[in-house]
Amino acid sequence: MSDPHLNTKLFDEDIEQVPSRNGYGEGLVLAGEENKNVVALCADLTESTRTQAFKDKFPDRFVEMGVAEQNLATVASGMAAVGKIPFITSYAMFSPGRNWEQIRTTICYNDRPVKIIGSHAGISVGPDGATHQALEDMAITRALPNMVVICPTDAIEARKATLAIAHHPQPCYIRLSREKVPVITTEQTPFVIGKAEIYLDGKDVAVIACGQMVYRALIAAKELESHKISVRVINSHTIKPLDKDTILKAAEECGAIVTVEEHQIHGGLGSAVSEVVSQNYPVPIKIIGVEDRFGESGEPNELLEKFGLTKEAIIKGVTHVLKMKGK
Amino acid sequence: MSKKIDDFHKLEEKANLVRQDIIKMLLEAGSGHSAGPLGMADIFTALYFHILKHDPKNPNWDERDMLVLSNGHICPVWYATLAHAGYFPVSELKTLRKLGTRLQGHPHRGALPGVETTSGPLGSGLSQACGMALALKMDNSKRWVYCLMSDGEQDAGNTWEAVMFAGKNKLNNITAIMDRNNIQIDGFTENIMPLEPLKEKYEAFGWHALEIDGHNFEQIIDACNEAKAIYEKPVVIIAHTIPGKGVDFMEKDFKWHGIPPDAGDVKGAPPKGHQAEVALKELRTLQGKIRSEHE
Repeated sequence: MSDPHLNTKLFDEDIEQVPSRNGYGEGLVLAGEENKNVVALCADLTESTRTQAFKDKFPDRFVEMGVAEQNLATVASGMAAVGKIPFITSYAMFSPGRNWEQIRTTICYNDRPVKIIGSHAGISVGPDGATHQALEDMAITRALPNMVVICPTDAIEARKATLAIAHHPQPCYIRLSREKVPVITTEQTPFVIGKAEIYLDGKDVAVIACGQMVYRALIAAKELESHKISVRVINSHTIKPLDKDTILKAAEECGAIVTVEEHQIHGGLGSAVSEVVSQNYPVPIKIIGVEDRFGESGEPNELLEKFGLTKEAIIKGVTHVLKMKGK
Repeated sequence: MSKKIDDFHKLEEKANLVRQDIIKMLLEAGSGHSAGPLGMADIFTALYFHILKHDPKNPNWDERDMLVLSNGHICPVWYATLAHAGYFPVSELKTLRKLGTRLQGHPHRGALPGVETTSGPLGSGLSQACGMALALKMDNSKRWVYCLMSDGEQDAGNTWEAVMFAGKNKLNNITAIMDRNNIQIDGFTENIMPLEPLKEKYEAFGWHALEIDGHNFEQIIDACNEAKAIYEKPVVIIAHTIPGKGVDFMEKDFKWHGIPPDAGDVKGAPPKGHQAEVALKELRTLQGKIRSEHE
C-alpha cells in the first residue's frame, strides 16, 4: 500500500477535532473561486450547514429558498439546465430526505449535475433527537441510478470531496456530520471519488468504514494489533460507485470483513459491501450500524455508545468474523 | 430559427393536424391520456408555430426559449407538435409508449430532441422553470422561460413553493400557462380540492395573472405578448380549455383524462372499437372552425 499520509497525532488523546461540515464550507468557497457557474442554494440553514462563507463571498450566486426542500431540489435542477453547477444544502433528513422524489425525477433521471449536501447526518447529531438524525440517507441515495454518494471521514476530506464533486458531471450526494470529529487525514492524503483508501494494512481481517467511523476503526485496529490480530482498515468514503477492486482484494487477502457506518444496517455501506462480496468472493461479514431503529436525544458520544458504534463493538465484530472464518 | 405562422386559420389547421395525430398515436399505443392533450393542442401549436424562439434543426441552440412541460402526462400533444415543427419525423409518433421508443410514456430529456425536462410526477415543473429563469437573469440573458402546467397540479405543495419563489425573485422572464380544464383523474377539480379563486391567489403571491380562452389563437398570442411587457412580475396565463376539445363525446368528461380512444365503454361515447374512427371523422370537419365557435 502507498503511504496514506495520515495525521501524525492520529493516536494521541488531543487529536484536533472539527465538524466535517466546516470542510464543506471551505471547499464550496474554493469551488466558487474556481468556477463562476458554481451557485449555492440553502433552505433556511445557511449558517449551520456552513454555506454562509460562500454567501458572504458570492452574494449574487447564493439563493435563499426558505423552508422548502422540494423547491430547493427542483429550482437547482432548472439552474443546472442552463449551465449552473448548483450546490443545495440542508439537513440530510430534509434533503435528500423530504425531497427524494424530486431528486430522483428532476436531478437523477433528468441527468442534471446538482450537488446535494446533507449536513447533520447520523446519530451523532445528538440532542435534537431522532427527527433530525438522518440514518437512511445513504440507502435512499445509493438506490438512485446516476447518483454518486460520498461520506467523508473528516473536515479535510469533506473539503476535497466538495471540490471534486464540483468537477464531476453527475449528480452527487455528500453526507456531513454536525459535531466535531477527529481530523485523521492531511493535505497529502489521497482522495479520488470512487477510490477507497487503505489506511492501515493487515491480513487477518478488513474493517471497511466511512465517515467518523474510520477513526474508530483505526483505534480498534491498534488495540487488536496488541492481541496479534492484523487488521486492514479501509476508508470507503465513496459508497457509490463502490471501489470493488479494493474491497474484493480485501476479501481475498483477509478472508473476513467488518463494515462500520453511522447509518441503518439496511441499505448503507454494509449492504453495498455485502452485495459485491457475496456475488464475487463470499467471506464472513459483520455489518455494524444502527440496528433497524430510530435514534433519540443525548450527547453524541453517549448515543454512539448506546447504539453500539464504538471501538469495543468493532473489536467484538472482528472476533465474530474471525470465528466464522475458522481461525 | 423556425418560421412563424401568423395567419390564425393556418394555425387552426395545424392544430387540427396535431389533434388527429394525438388520436392516432393514442390508439396505436393502447394507453395514455386523451383529454389533456386534445385540450392543449391550440396552445402548443401557438407556442411552436408562432411564439417560441426555437430551432427544430438545432434543438440545443443556446439562445432558444426554454419550455418546461410540468404535467408530463399530456406529452402526446407535445410529441405531435414537436414532430410537426420538424424536430423528428411524424412517422415516429406511432412508436409512443412502445419498447425502445424515444417517445416515452412520460417525457424524458435526452430521449427525444426538443424535450427540455423529464416530467410526470406533478408539481415540480414550475420550480424548474424558476431555476432556469433565475439562472438566466444571473447571466443577463434575454432568453424566455415558458412553463405549461395543469390545474390539477395546483393541489401540490411544490407548485406553491415555486409560486412564492417566483414572486419573491420577481422572475418576469417566466410565462406560466395553466391548462384550466377543470378535470383531474378522480373528477372535477373543484370537487377534488377547490382551487378558486386562482387568479387572486396568484396575484396575492406577487404574480400578474391573465385569463383567456385557451382555444382562441388571437387571445393566446396576445396574452403571451402582454406577458413579455410586464417587467416587475412573473405572469400566469390561466387558459380556460375544454378537455378533449374537438371530439364531441370526450369534451368536458373527466373519464377521458387517463385513457385512450377505444379503451373503454364510456357513457355517451360510441362503442369500443369505433371511438377513434368517430373522433378522427369529427376532427377532419373542424378545420378552421374552432376559433369561430367562440365568436
